Amino acid sequence: MFAFIIRRLLQSLIVMMAVAFISFSLFNFVGDPVNNMLGQEATEEQREALRQDLGLNDPFPVQFAAFLGNAVQGDFGVSYRLSRPVSDVLATRLPATLELVFVAAVLALVIGLPLGVYTGLHRHGFGSKVLLTLSLIGISLPTFLIGIVLILIFAVWLGWLPSFGRGDTVQIGWWTTNFLTVSGWKSIIMPAVTLCLFQLTLIMRLVRAEMMEVLRTDYIKFARARGLSNRAVHFGHALKNTMVPVITITGLQIGSLIAFAIITETVFQWPGMGLLFLQAIQFADIPVMAAYLCLVAFIFVVINLMVDLLYYAVDPRLRVERSGGGH
Amino acid sequence: MANQSPNKPLLEVKNLRIEFPTRRGTLTAVDDISFDIMPGEVLGVVGESGAGKSLTGAAVIGLLEPPGRIAAGTISLDGRRIDNLPYEEMRKIRGRKIGAIFQDPLTSLNPLYSVGRQLVETIQTHTDMTDSQARRRAIELLSDVGIPAPERRVEQYPHQFSGGMRQRVVIALALCAEPDLIIADEPTTALDVSIQAQIIALIKRLCRDNGTAVMLVTHDMGVIAETADRVAVMYAGRIAEIGPVRDVIKQAKHPYTHGLMGSIPTIGHDIEKLTQIDGSMPRLTDIPAGCAFNPRCPRAFDKCYVDRPERIAVEKTEVACWLYEKEAVHG
Repeated sequence: MFAFIIRRLLQSLIVMMAVAFISFSLFNFVGDPVNNMLGQEATEEQREALRQDLGLNDPFPVQFAAFLGNAVQGDFGVSYRLSRPVSDVLATRLPATLELVFVAAVLALVIGLPLGVYTGLHRHGFGSKVLLTLSLIGISLPTFLIGIVLILIFAVWLGWLPSFGRGDTVQIGWWTTNFLTVSGWKSIIMPAVTLCLFQLTLIMRLVRAEMMEVLRTDYIKFARARGLSNRAVHFGHALKNTMVPVITITGLQIGSLIAFAIITETVFQWPGMGLLFLQAIQFADIPVMAAYLCLVAFIFVVINLMVDLLYYAVDPRLRVERSGGGH
Repeated sequence: MANQSPNKPLLEVKNLRIEFPTRRGTLTAVDDISFDIMPGEVLGVVGESGAGKSLTGAAVIGLLEPPGRIAAGTISLDGRRIDNLPYEEMRKIRGRKIGAIFQDPLTSLNPLYSVGRQLVETIQTHTDMTDSQARRRAIELLSDVGIPAPERRVEQYPHQFSGGMRQRVVIALALCAEPDLIIADEPTTALDVSIQAQIIALIKRLCRDNGTAVMLVTHDMGVIAETADRVAVMYAGRIAEIGPVRDVIKQAKHPYTHGLMGSIPTIGHDIEKLTQIDGSMPRLTDIPAGCAFNPRCPRAFDKCYVDRPERIAVEKTEVACWLYEKEAVHG
C-alpha cells in the first residue's frame, strides 16, 4: 500500500513535469505577447527592451528552469493583460470555479446515482424509459444551449434567478464563497445545473449499466437464494459492486467538469478560471494560460490519486496483501 | 423436523413445465416432470447440459430468471403450494426452508464483504439473534463445515479462501437457518477432483446430521452413486427414468440411462472399451416427435417416432420408454 502511494506520487510528478513543459512551450510558440502589450506602433527598441525584461531572449533550457523554479513556488509571472501577478489573479478566480464544479458534481452524484439504481432495477418500467429518453437529451444537447434556455426561462421570463455573475460573495481569508449569501446561492443554481447535466446523465447511465451487469452475477443470485431482502440485495450487495467503475468515471468527470466550466462560465459570465482562460487566449496572455494548464493538471492528478485510494477503501481484494491468504 | 410425518413427501413437484417465450415462439425447457423428495432424502438429478435439471432446481427455489416461467404444474413444500407465492412470501422460504448451493464457489460470494458479514447477514435475516450471537453462530458454522481457525477466518474476504474452502463457506451459508431442503446445483463441478470427494462427504454428513433433504443436481453419475438415495435421469426436459439409486445403476431400464452407465469408467471391471451415446441431445427448438431420445436410441421402433412415452412403473423404478409398455402388456 505504501509502495503503491510512492509509485503513484512519482507517476504524478512525471505527469506534472510533462504538463509544465507543454505550458512553458506556449511561451515560444503561441502568439507574440509583445505586440499585444505595446500595440502596433511601438518602436523596435521598445519591443527589444520588453523582450529583455520578460526574459524572452534567454536560451530555452534556462527559461524552462526558471519557469519550473518559479512555478513550484506558485509564481507564474505577471499577466501580460492585467499586469498583476498570475498567482493573485488565479487566487481570486479559483474559488468561483471550484465552488461551481463542487455544486455541479454533488448534484450529478446525488441525482444521478439514485436514478441509475432505479432505472437499473426497473429496466422495463415506464419511468425508466422516460428517464432514459430524457437522459439522451442531457447527453446530446450542447452546454451553451442548455445555459441559454435556462437563462431565457428563469431569468428573462420568470425573473427568479440572476442571469449572470456570482451575486454577493463572502470573503474568508483569500477564498471568496457563494455559499453564505442568498444571492450567491441563487446565482450558482443555473450554472451548476447547466454544468452537471451531462455528468448526471453519464453517471445515471453508467450506474444503470453496472447495476444490470452486477444483478446477473452469481453472488446476487446466491444472495437472493439466502433469502435476503430486496433492499439488502440491491443496495448492500449490488450497488457496492458498481462503485469501482463509478468512482473512476466520477473522478475523471470532475476533471472534465473543470474543463467544461469554460463554456458554462462564459455563458453565465461566471468570474471563474475558465472565463479568465478564454480572455487570456484572446489576448495571448501566456503566463495565465500556462498557469491555468498547470493548475488544471494538478487538480486532475490529485483527483486521480484520491480515486486510487478510494479503490482501496471499497475493494478488499486490493487492500489485503496476497501473503495473508490461506491457499 | 418433528411435525413432519415420515411418509409424507417434503417436496412435491407435479407436472412442472417451464417455458421461455422467445420471438420465434415458446420454448419448453422442462416438460411435464413430476417427482417427490421425502424428508431427509437425497434425490440425485442427473443429465446432460441443457436437460433442464438446473432450471428445475431454480424453479423449486423460486429463482427462475425471466423470461423463463412456470407454465404449468405445481410445486409444494410440506403440502403447501409455493410456486405461486408472492415474491416476499417466497423470500422468507428461501434460505429458511429451502437452501441453495450453486455451481461456482468462486463467484457465489460477494467479493466486497467478509465471509463473517455475509454469514451474520443471512443468520439475522432468518432469526432474531443479536450481532454477537450471530457472530458466534457464524464461527460455529465455519467450524462445522471444516474450516480451520474459524475465529480468524471469519474476518477474511472470499478471495483469501481457496476454491474448496469457498465452497465450504457457501455450504455454511446455505445451512445457516437450518433449512429442510437444500438444492445443490453442481456443487462440485468447478472444484478439483481431489476436493470434490471432500465436499460431497461434507454435504452428506451435514444433511444426515440435520435431517436435511437434498436435491443434488449434477451430470456426474459417480457423485450420484455415492451420495443419492434415489436418482432422476433427465433428458431433453423430461424425466427418462427415476428410482432408487442401486436399481437405476445396476439395472438401468431406459436406453439412455443404459448408455450413461456404459460411459462411466470403472476400476476393476474388465471392459475393453467405454461405450458412448452417439449424437447429442436435441436443441429445445427441434425436439423430435415421439420420444425425444429416438434419434440416438439403439432400440427405437415405430412407436417411438410417433407417441411420447409416459412414465411406467417397472419393478422399483419408473421409466418413460415404450420398450417397457410392450413388456408390461406381454406380461
